Amino acid sequence: MAEVDEASKPLLRDLKAVGKKFGHVMYPKKSTTLLRDWDLWGPLLLCVTLALMLQGGSADSKEDGGPQFAEVFVIIWFGSVIITLNSKLLGGTISFFQSLCVLGYCILPLTVAMIVCRLVLLGGTGTASFIVRFIVVVASFGWSTFASTAFLADSQPPNRKALVVYPVFLFYFVISWMIVTFSPSHSDGTTDTGP
Amino acid sequence: MSTTERNKNPNSTESWGGFEDNPIQGGGSAVIDMENMDDTSGSSFEDMGDMHQRIKEEEEVSEEAAATEEGDDGEFLGMKGVKGQLGRQVADEVWQAGKRQASKAFNLYGNIDILRPYFDVEPIQVRNRLLESLIPVRIINFPQKIAGELYGPLMLVFTLVAILLHGMKTSGTVIREGTLMGTAIGTCFGYWLGISSFIYFLAYLCNAQITMLQILSLLGYGLFGHCVVLFVTYTVHFHSLFYILWLVVGGLSTLRMVAALISRTVGHTPRLILCATLSALHMLFLLYLHFAYHKIVEGILDTLEGPNVPPFQRIARDIPEVSVALVNTTVKTISATLQSY
Repeated sequence: MAEVDEASKPLLRDLKAVGKKFGHVMYPKKSTTLLRDWDLWGPLLLCVTLALMLQGGSADSKEDGGPQFAEVFVIIWFGSVIITLNSKLLGGTISFFQSLCVLGYCILPLTVAMIVCRLVLLGGTGTASFIVRFIVVVASFGWSTFASTAFLADSQPPNRKALVVYPVFLFYFVISWMIVTFSPSHSDGTTDTGP
Repeated sequence: MSTTERNKNPNSTESWGGFEDNPIQGGGSAVIDMENMDDTSGSSFEDMGDMHQRIKEEEEVSEEAAATEEGDDGEFLGMKGVKGQLGRQVADEVWQAGKRQASKAFNLYGNIDILRPYFDVEPIQVRNRLLESLIPVRIINFPQKIAGELYGPLMLVFTLVAILLHGMKTSGTVIREGTLMGTAIGTCFGYWLGISSFIYFLAYLCNAQITMLQILSLLGYGLFGHCVVLFVTYTVHFHSLFYILWLVVGGLSTLRMVAALISRTVGHTPRLILCATLSALHMLFLLYLHFAYHKIVEGILDTLEGPNVPPFQRIARDIPEVSVALVNTTVKTISATLQSY
């Protein structure tokens, strides 16, 4: 029994660290914890959760054209890498994995929105549910962008913040748009016009 | 067998020195020697004289052994040696290739500074360039200035990817053997890089004074018009609106690029070839993007009435009539309601 405890200690410690960082994302303040000791467990967890939940819709209907697991996965990692390279090119002082870590952790509000959306979709797929989902996703989109800029902006030259924020904005916009247009049934009932 | 091989390959004798236990093994040494021929780790030059002595002894022993052994057994051992060497060579090559790749990737990341000048912009500059991409400049006698910058074009291409994804998703486009994302990225980057290279080639033929970087920047900023038009028309589905925007916005951005190209080319025929190609490609690309992935009017009607209709495939349609009919019916109903009040 003691051996099991010993073995699970690092795991528990890592989980605790991940949980602490989740807290930082949900309540973004000028803190460098997320930057100082980066890890990619949290982003991986969030990314897999999001991809799995977006996957569920198109599993039963093949012609849905819904996002596939690989697609979501690729969008998140490829997008993060592009944003990171962009910020490096613009003269940012952040390291590669720090930026990946921050961008990955800041998907958390969107993952939460996805869970809420699935719960709302259980209730029905009318206009009211769409409006609710839309509001939730827009709010979490704003949250994600705000949190990631709060962490990333300090490492950028002050006159170029807008240039760094734009791809971040686009990245979260695409993800949140995927969440809004997600519908588990065969129907294509969401006419998203974008916020 | 083993002696001839050893004579052929002088390097292998080096490795023999390392095996301290060879004399102890006696008659079986020939077999072990063959198997260990690949091993280079055991060579030591501490006792060269001792080694010579040992080699002589071993030669005698191995000659005896070779005489007693049957031919096919020796062949088998020889094969094994060759195989081992081949395997080592292959492994070496794979390792070298992997190392090269890794160091190349690392160098690329390390040499990111090389790209930095192309991303050296201020937000206001980007905004101005975006606006300027829709304003054709009428200076033909003097070469126009084209900024060689890649931040704006790159971001515009990514924006176009996002807009295309939106269009594909809402039009219910189904792509076999591929993802929407891959198709969108392929289309946008393919257009940007492919057409830029093509125009660069043409410009080279036509003797235009323009660099690849400038073409990339010019064409990239030219995509701003595309982004605006597609974003509006994927959202608001009216064909007359699209055609107007296509002519006005697309035309303006095309004119801007054409004017810049004309100012850097000499002679009528080169100008005509270059500009006709560019404008045709640019305008047709916008037309293609709109009609390939846009949501048709029936789609909206269905979503308003009830979502139980399967998504539309790409089929030949006559939209203008439908949209006109739609407008007519709405106008009629409005007038009817007004009259009834």
